[in-house]
Amino acid sequence: MTAYIARRLAMTIPVLFGILFVTFLMKALIPTDAVLALYSGTVSEDKAAEAIAAIRAKYDLDKPWYHQFVLYVGDVARGDLGESVRTRQPVIDEIGYRYVNTMILTLASLVVALIVGLSTGIASAYWKGTWIDEVAMGIGLLGISMPAFFFGLILIFFFSVQLRWLPVMNAGDWKGLILPALTLGLIEAAPISRITRASMIEVLSQDYVKAIRAKGLPESHVVFRHALPNALLSILTILGLLIGGLLGGAFIIEVVFGWRGIGELAVKAIGWRDFTITQAIILVSATTYVMINLVIDILYAWADPRIKLG
Amino acid sequence: MNLDANPAPAALAAYDDPGIVAGPPRGGFRAMLRRLWRHRSGKIGGGLVLLIIFCAIFAPWIAPYDPLKLAMLDRLQPPSLAHPFGTDELGRDLLSRVIYGTRYMILVSVVSTGIAATGGIFLGLLAAAGGRWTDLLVMRLVDIMLAFPYILLLLAVIAILGPSLITALVAVGIAAMPGFARLVRGETLSVRESEYVEAMRVLGAGTLRITFRTILPNIASPLIIYASYTMPLAVLSAAALSFLGLGAQPPLPEWGAMLVQSRSFLRTSTWVVAAPGFAIFFAIIGLNLLGNALRDVLDPKART
Repeated sequence: MTAYIARRLAMTIPVLFGILFVTFLMKALIPTDAVLALYSGTVSEDKAAEAIAAIRAKYDLDKPWYHQFVLYVGDVARGDLGESVRTRQPVIDEIGYRYVNTMILTLASLVVALIVGLSTGIASAYWKGTWIDEVAMGIGLLGISMPAFFFGLILIFFFSVQLRWLPVMNAGDWKGLILPALTLGLIEAAPISRITRASMIEVLSQDYVKAIRAKGLPESHVVFRHALPNALLSILTILGLLIGGLLGGAFIIEVVFGWRGIGELAVKAIGWRDFTITQAIILVSATTYVMINLVIDILYAWADPRIKLG
Repeated sequence: MNLDANPAPAALAAYDDPGIVAGPPRGGFRAMLRRLWRHRSGKIGGGLVLLIIFCAIFAPWIAPYDPLKLAMLDRLQPPSLAHPFGTDELGRDLLSRVIYGTRYMILVSVVSTGIAATGGIFLGLLAAAGGRWTDLLVMRLVDIMLAFPYILLLLAVIAILGPSLITALVAVGIAAMPGFARLVRGETLSVRESEYVEAMRVLGAGTLRITFRTILPNIASPLIIYASYTMPLAVLSAAALSFLGLGAQPPLPEWGAMLVQSRSFLRTSTWVVAAPGFAIFFAIIGLNLLGNALRDVLDPKART
């Protein structure tokens, strides 16, 4: 197990460097030169040239790219994500609390998605071919076809406008979390439900389940104690992808509900052309995603000792 | 068309014939369409997609009004006989805008999926047919791209190119590329080991000819299936980008862009939100149903 964790960690390091390199490259690929844009038309030619050279030297833009990359990695390692072009404040201060908000939203949606997805998936598999199965699968198809932002607006319409149970805009308390988490979670429940159904059907048809049934154990015992743990393994394999979907989905849902997370900020920052913020948010979320996948893989190896690094 | 310097033409021509070398859609294209039509979700999905294509082609003739024409006197009219879907905050007819919106949807499905498939096929074949180092380099690139959640990849491309409809199309295409690349590489590696490819090689066909005329047609089925999964995702992402203000910009009758101001009208004029929202929803359902049917028809293992 320790050897496995060590090897899996070693595999993560090149990916993290890859992510760093991509976010570093983003800055190089921007067609407009931020420093030139800063001074164009504001001062005289030679004064501008001087100022531009000074700024370039200050931000190490006069160094070769590999040197800049090393400096960038060093900065990130020290927790320095640069300063916002717009506010001149350190980016880390701006995205710190927003990162926590996004994680809260992602986690809450994951809980909703797992509860709804697992229970409908189990029910569909158990009553396979009946109307319960048909209805659950039909709703599942609607779920994967529903644009998250539109579903969010529908929920706002029913729960905030018609029923007036919940606020339209997030006021910063737990009530503001309910609708965004429901929106994301219910949509992401659709794929969970499908996979749970498929793997439960497979597990329920196996000989050991027949043997347990033949022993006369109660059905709830058969389903929840014996079949479900095995079916859960296949959920674990796609859990990483699901969390990626939720994290990405959170970026859109945050805008719909005015939830102050990194996604909402990233969308604004692209509009402001505040490149440092966008870059930092992409770096932070991609790193989070890689780390989550690392943890899931280790969990998986722990849960199913047959699977080792292939 | 000979891609190779010394072919044995007649023998190679015989192997290029999909009737002899297990061609992907068995029984030909028309038989595939027939099976698709007999499939329940193929019929519904295909019908919805055909309706969308029809609207996109004949939009100027079937749309009752000009989708961009402002009519402030008619603003926020509820659905009526004159305006079946109602009018928006600038008095534009929503039915006409939804009809014209089909054009953007087709544009996204075709262009983005096209970019993703072309780039992915290129990268995948390069990895499979190129040397060990090419393979390693391409696949590491693919791994790194897949290390980003999908939406982040979109935002990264848009942050670089600046928000517009064109960049949204390109971004959606690029973000879906690594999946295609991985699929093409895997399928190519497995097809390459088969006997008919061996036969081509024995007959003297070069790598290029084998790759494009033998391997590519034989991995068409999984590619079409994968593309059918990509299309609804592409439409959904492009609409989401427009909704975020990072894709098609407001005066355009694009469904996502039509929803940008929508939250302000939820209380008073629900139809402004409902028309474009349900348009996206039904378009995606159509694509998903058609994709499911295609998979059943093309993949003999999945057939029940």
